[in-house]
Amino acid sequence: MKHASGLAITLFVAWLLWSGHTAILLVTLGAGSSLLVVWLLHHLGILDPQGQPLHLLLDIARYLPWLLREVVRSNLDVARRILSRDPPISPCVTRIKAMQKTPLGQVIFANSITLTPGTLSLRVRDGYVVVHALTREAGEALQDGEMNRRVLRLEGETP
Amino acid sequence: MTLLLHTLSWPLLLAGAAFCIIGGIGLFRLPDFYTRIHAAGITDTLGAALILIGLALQAEELLVVIKLALVLAFLFFSSPACTHALARAAFSHGLRPLLQDQCFDESFASDYVNWVNEETEEEPTSAS
Amino acid sequence: MMAIPLIAILVTMMLALTRALLGPTVFDRMLAANMFSTKTILFIAVIGFLTGRPAFLDLALLYALLNFVGVVAILKFVRVSGSDLSELSVDRTWEQST
Repeated sequence: MKHASGLAITLFVAWLLWSGHTAILLVTLGAGSSLLVVWLLHHLGILDPQGQPLHLLLDIARYLPWLLREVVRSNLDVARRILSRDPPISPCVTRIKAMQKTPLGQVIFANSITLTPGTLSLRVRDGYVVVHALTREAGEALQDGEMNRRVLRLEGETP
Repeated sequence: MTLLLHTLSWPLLLAGAAFCIIGGIGLFRLPDFYTRIHAAGITDTLGAALILIGLALQAEELLVVIKLALVLAFLFFSSPACTHALARAAFSHGLRPLLQDQCFDESFASDYVNWVNEETEEEPTSAS
Repeated sequence: MMAIPLIAILVTMMLALTRALLGPTVFDRMLAANMFSTKTILFIAVIGFLTGRPAFLDLALLYALLNFVGVVAILKFVRVSGSDLSELSVDRTWEQST
C-alpha cells in the first residue's frame, strides 16, 4: 500500500509538471489517470518495492555526487584517449564480486559501472558482474572496490 | 544575475558540444564494438549533461529547469540500461570483444573460456 | 551563439549515421542508432531554446522514452528472430585488427 500511494503521488506530480494545467476538471482527470496506472500495475502484479525504491532516495542523494565526479573523471580520461594518436587502450574483461546482497543493490552497482565511460557491465550473474573495461587501469580501479563499497553502504540495512 | 548565468552557460554548452563530437570521433577511432560503446557513453553522459545544464542556466522559468532536469535524469537512468542490453545481446550472439592478450585478471582467465561457452550456448529465445 | 552547439550536435549525428551505415555488425548499427536518438533529444532541446519555445522539451522527453523502448524492442527482435549473424567475426585477435 505504501508503494502504491508513493507511486501514485510520483505519477501525479509528474503529470502536474508536464501539463501545467490547474483547472479542477483537468487535475481530477490527471489524478484519475495516475490511479488508473497504479491499478493497472497492481493488476499486472508488478507493483513492488524494487520498481520504486523510495526508501533509498536519501542514500542515493548521498551517493550521486561521488558517482558524478567519477563519471566526469572517466569521461575526461576516455576523451583524452580517443583524441591521442593511436588510441592508448588495452581492452580487457574482468569479473567483480558484487558485495551487495539485494538484486536492487547489484543493479545499482552494475548500472553505475555502465554509466561510467571506460567500464561496461556485460552480465550480472550469481553475484558477479562481468565487466568490459576500455583500459586495464579502469578495470583495476573497479577491482579496488571503492564503487562496490559505496553502493553497499547505499544499500544499507534495507531488506 | 541573468548576465552571470548566461556567461556561465556558454562554457558548459561549448564543452558539451566538444564532448559530443569527441564521442562521435571515438566511434571511428576505436577498433571494435565493445570499445565503441565507451565512446558512445561519453556523448550520452557528459555531452548530454553539459548541454542540458547549459540550457538550464539560460532558462527563464523554473518549470523549464525542472523539465530539463527530468530529461537529464531519464537519460542517466536509461542510457546504462540500453548500453547493457546492447552489450549483453551482442555477447550472447557470439560477438567477442577484442582483448589485449592476457590482460584480464588471472583468477578469471581460466573461467573466461568456460563462461564464454556457457553464455553462447544459451538459447537465444529463452525468456530472461 | 546557440548555433554552435546545434552544429556540433548535427556533426555528431552525421558521425553516428556514418557508423550506422558502415556497420560492420548489427550491434554497431544499433549503437549508432541509439547515439543518434540521444543526439535527437539534445537537438530538440536546443532548438526549443533557439526559437524560444521551451514546450519543445516535452517532445525531447517523449523521444527519450521512445528511444529506450525502441532499443529494447529491437534487441528482443534480434534475439528472437536469430538474424543472420554471419557478418560477426568471432575469433579475431587484437593483432589482426590493429
